[in-house]
Amino acid sequence: MIRLENLTKLYGSFVAVDDISLHVPRGVLFGCLGPNGAGKTTTLRMIAGILRPTQGRVLLGGDDVHVNPLSAKMRLGFIPDRPFVYDKLTGAEFLRFVAGLYGQEGDTVGRRIAELLEVFELTSWQDELVEAYSHGMRQKLIISSALIHRPECIVVDEPMVGLDPKAARLLKDIFRQFVEKGGTVLMSTHTLEVAEAMCDQIAIIQHGKIVAAGTVSDVRRQHKAGDASLEELFLKLTGGAQVRELAEVLGGMA
Amino acid sequence: MKQPSLAHVLQPKWRTALQRLREERASGGTGKLAILVMVGGAFWAGVFWVLYRILSALRAVQELGPLIPGKILGLILLSFISILVLSNVITALSSFFLAKDLDLLVSAPVDWLRLYLAKLGETLVHSSWMVALMAIPILSAYGVVFKGGVLFAPYAVLAIVPMLIVPAVIGCAITLILVNIFPARRTRDLLSIIALGAAAGVILLFRMIRPEQLARPEGFRNLLDFVILLRGPTSPFLPSEWASQAIMGYLRHELDPFPLIMLWTTAIAFVTFGALLHRALYPQGFTKAQEGAERFIRGGLWRWTVGSLLAWLPVAKREFVLKDIKLFFRDTTQWSQLILLAVLVVVYLFNIQALPLRRGEPVGFFYVNLVSFLNLGLAGFVLASIAARFIFPAVSLEGRQMWLLRSSPLDLRALLWSKYWVGTVPLLVLGLILTGVTNALLEVSTFMMILSLATMTALTLAISALALTFGTLYPQFETENAAQIPTSFGGLVFMMATIALLAAVLILLSRAVYTYVRAAWDGHVVGITLEMIVLFALAAALCTAATMLPLRMALRKMEAFEF
Repeated sequence: MIRLENLTKLYGSFVAVDDISLHVPRGVLFGCLGPNGAGKTTTLRMIAGILRPTQGRVLLGGDDVHVNPLSAKMRLGFIPDRPFVYDKLTGAEFLRFVAGLYGQEGDTVGRRIAELLEVFELTSWQDELVEAYSHGMRQKLIISSALIHRPECIVVDEPMVGLDPKAARLLKDIFRQFVEKGGTVLMSTHTLEVAEAMCDQIAIIQHGKIVAAGTVSDVRRQHKAGDASLEELFLKLTGGAQVRELAEVLGGMA
Repeated sequence: MKQPSLAHVLQPKWRTALQRLREERASGGTGKLAILVMVGGAFWAGVFWVLYRILSALRAVQELGPLIPGKILGLILLSFISILVLSNVITALSSFFLAKDLDLLVSAPVDWLRLYLAKLGETLVHSSWMVALMAIPILSAYGVVFKGGVLFAPYAVLAIVPMLIVPAVIGCAITLILVNIFPARRTRDLLSIIALGAAAGVILLFRMIRPEQLARPEGFRNLLDFVILLRGPTSPFLPSEWASQAIMGYLRHELDPFPLIMLWTTAIAFVTFGALLHRALYPQGFTKAQEGAERFIRGGLWRWTVGSLLAWLPVAKREFVLKDIKLFFRDTTQWSQLILLAVLVVVYLFNIQALPLRRGEPVGFFYVNLVSFLNLGLAGFVLASIAARFIFPAVSLEGRQMWLLRSSPLDLRALLWSKYWVGTVPLLVLGLILTGVTNALLEVSTFMMILSLATMTALTLAISALALTFGTLYPQFETENAAQIPTSFGGLVFMMATIALLAAVLILLSRAVYTYVRAAWDGHVVGITLEMIVLFALAAALCTAATMLPLRMALRKMEAFEF
């Protein structure tokens, strides 16, 4: 469903994403893990068609995002990490606007909006301006907007940030049901427990490259990690020594 | 505790500015810079040349000598001060209350005086740089005509700087008081008052200048009365008058330190009082500005009205237009400026009506046509200013939401189309009203009426395209306040490009209008000649090119945007 072929992104001479190739099949919930600045967000933004790759290509259901952007994007729902939306629209108006961007109109849109607002407990806020929403409510609104056109795949950057435990659980259930019905989810996360509990497959990105990929068990096997937790595995692959040094520095300050 | 220096507090600002310059240079900015230097140089040269000619001619008038140039300088500086107060009020709202660095600065142990001076400096630079740039060719013309010598330049700087400081302090103080009076982020109320205040300021300024007196010397009983009016200060208690006196004194070689002393002591006193006011009111005002935003009610009005009217459009375009209209009327920083606009239009039309043109035929006929023709340029300039305020920021305002637009299957052409027409339609209506009503007031012939309306339509389409394009080429995605976007570098380039277009179109049409006026003057039947047709075609081609080519550039630039 989502295929990355030799994806590379340069910012000047800085290599943000370095020749990444990846295939996320239909019906899979895939997690991208990596330390800050590893290139996860850049990769996700290239998949969503917001950033143009320096090299390589992104295919969504066979359509190249940069060659056939309209048909590729019709399949996609994108949820960014920073929930910027139009402050002066109400929640319901924002969802109707997004539906319009995907060519949807009429009564079905109204019903879908009502359904999504209900699921995310935003019904009583639907006629409030978005500027009055909390961070978590904005995040819920954006998640609703990504689902409004019934996409085939969802690309989501740090989905749990700002959500209360109930909404986080709801989102997990929604993603799980979505992939069970044949959808595809590609998400980046820092929360290793979330990745371990939810993802069918993971990739660990470091310095713009995939350093490990597969199921959590595959990755453990590849790196001879025995029964190590995902956290230990992650730290091993992404520089756990630095964490120990940091702990020593902070300990010395007390 | 040792306090950080003022330069340290301001460090992020100047480092950001330097970095922007570097990025500009790295992204092939040399060509852009060359264009800017050329356009800017031509603009400066134009202003300098016009003023040089006027001042040289006036200086040659024996009896009046430097009196009229002194008066003109006073009026120019007075208009600068008025513009500066308004622009400082708007900028201060961002820099003192909405800026992103405030959380950091206010939570850090930085004392109130440093915070005030840093933010005052930031406001001053943001609001005044354009006026300062404009002052360079003007003061150069004075220096050259009156043989001010090399030392005139530093002297002029010494006279102008305090004149920039005073309105900055006043602007910041007005904003501080308004934020304290009005609850929370009610910028609606705040900016409505600013807009009304500005409108009142324009009318007041107009009355203070009393231009009709200067234009009609025959209205005075004798020359002495006229000279007395010229000798008298226009506004004796304003820094603009002191700056004008200081500069003209130097140029007349009658060096009087009093105006300079007045300027600097006033500036220092104002900064002191401003700082004290800041200490008393800022903490409370800042807290109020952090409070929650207003809640809203159900609003289906636009969908029923505009939505139904646009039912024929594809859904993406329709939703986009509806969204833009809703955002405009819900954002008080946007719509409140319509009040000012309405007042300006009334003043504009009132001035046209008050022109003493019909004081005798056939001279009146000549003036009427001249004014009607020149009105095209003036109305074009007004439309360009409005486009700079409302259309230029259109793409920048989408910045933070661009993730949504770029990840959706929205065709960027649809986005550009919506932005263009949402801005162009009201601008066109205004342009046609300005020219139509003006021409009706002047009672011009059908030929002039048709020519004016057709030219205005073509010009408006081009101005709108230029505004949208320059706004796309020089986007300001991180600005908190839409009113600040047009005062950016790109806004300046847009205004210069538009003035060049207006000049080119008017020069092309002037020959045709001259032929018409000449024929009518000589009592001949006015016919459309081949030369006229060629000139009209050239003007139309120029406007079409200035509409289509920029829009294509804007589309290409948008496609290359990365977030």
